[in-house]
Amino acid sequence: MTRALWTHLVKDLRIEWRSREAVNSMLFFALLVVVLFSLSFDPQGAFSRDIAGGVLCVATMFASVSALNQAWAREIRHQVLDAQRMAPTPGADMFLAKVLANFLFVTVVQVVLAPVFVVMYNLRILGDAWKLALVLPFGTWALVANGTFFAALSIRSRNRELLLPLILFPIFMPALLAMVLATGSILTGDSDPSLWIKLLFGYDIIFTTVSLLLFEIVLHAE
Amino acid sequence: MPANPPASARSTLCARFDQVSKLFGSFAALRHVSVDMESGRCYVLLGENGAGKSTLLRILAGLLHPSLGTVRVFGDSEPQKARTRIGYMSHAPMLYDELTAQENLRYFRNLYPGRACLTPAEALRQVGLDPDLDRTLGQYSQGMRQRTSLARVLLPVPELLLLDEPFSNMDIESARQMVALLAGFRQTNRTIVITTHQRDLAAPIADWILTLHAGRVASFEPGSPATTGLDRRGDEPGRPAR
Repeated sequence: MTRALWTHLVKDLRIEWRSREAVNSMLFFALLVVVLFSLSFDPQGAFSRDIAGGVLCVATMFASVSALNQAWAREIRHQVLDAQRMAPTPGADMFLAKVLANFLFVTVVQVVLAPVFVVMYNLRILGDAWKLALVLPFGTWALVANGTFFAALSIRSRNRELLLPLILFPIFMPALLAMVLATGSILTGDSDPSLWIKLLFGYDIIFTTVSLLLFEIVLHAE
Repeated sequence: MPANPPASARSTLCARFDQVSKLFGSFAALRHVSVDMESGRCYVLLGENGAGKSTLLRILAGLLHPSLGTVRVFGDSEPQKARTRIGYMSHAPMLYDELTAQENLRYFRNLYPGRACLTPAEALRQVGLDPDLDRTLGQYSQGMRQRTSLARVLLPVPELLLLDEPFSNMDIESARQMVALLAGFRQTNRTIVITTHQRDLAAPIADWILTLHAGRVASFEPGSPATTGLDRRGDEPGRPAR
């Protein structure tokens, strides 16, 4: 980890600690989705295990959008981004720090959400529960790496709040499917989620690399 | 190519605009601007809103690319490469409301690794702020924010200071203090370019006053730093538009 990356990361975490904008808005939204789905379907037994993976992933995905938009809005608010562009440190450090910060925020939300989720959906995991410790971080990374990149891409657009989900969701679709199927496999114990976990890992590597390579262009675009 | 010869043997060129135009869609923010700026001078840019002052400054800072023409800063045809030698202050503070002044400056200082920067406390003292003030920037007055913003600009000890409306939202006393501060920097052989609507405030430190109108150079006249006892340091104070 470079010094610049660490500097950006500490700054993002400190600002979030003081404002709690991202985590609070995500948590509220995700909890709302989880509770509404549980009331709508009254999930029990096998049925709850079938839909739980999808509900969790979709709730996380929708909730993350607000945080991803806010991440860059903060830099634009007082033209701080221009001061960062003037600095001689690589843009990739700023991007990676932002991804790491967003990853931590979404993970915090998932950690808070998990017990609520288990209770509301009467969940009993029949597969290898430890594999969730691979699926959720890989899936979350796919979401925030792409989301952070596309949020930066749409930052100068007037309709950026609308633009981000329109660009992000179709591109995130393969990772979302892998995440939902892997989570479903683990909860039901019906099949081996290894293939989906590998797919998620590959997706993460490819999209993170491409985003890192292209971010400098996005950062300095007029 | 420049039409006029160097103003004096002692002066060096800090920036050169050669027939620069900047288009935003069909709107021309700058039209065929040609200006030479010498090191160690203070240039004040005047003009009504939309005259192109901020655009000219952002091109100098390397934050915008000219649509036509060339810009050289410190002899480099790509101002982006000279960014580390430039300090740019926008009319927005370019700082985080959620952090204290010290935290903001420490953050920006760490973005200049390997460079001999001022410490945050030194930079804050230079602009007349108390480094021990433990309030987030969101709780600062507008004038204090402007000063903190100037402190950020001073951190990496830039050779070229670009200040966009530094006196905006400041009471007259704070603005005068900032002018005195800039007069001090001017004497340390730094080049200063200021955009402002307040001609009377900036004129005492101006070597040259450049007036823009609808993206064109309307006039380029000598200022009067001598009236404040400041030395012009050269045979001629600057270089007119070509």
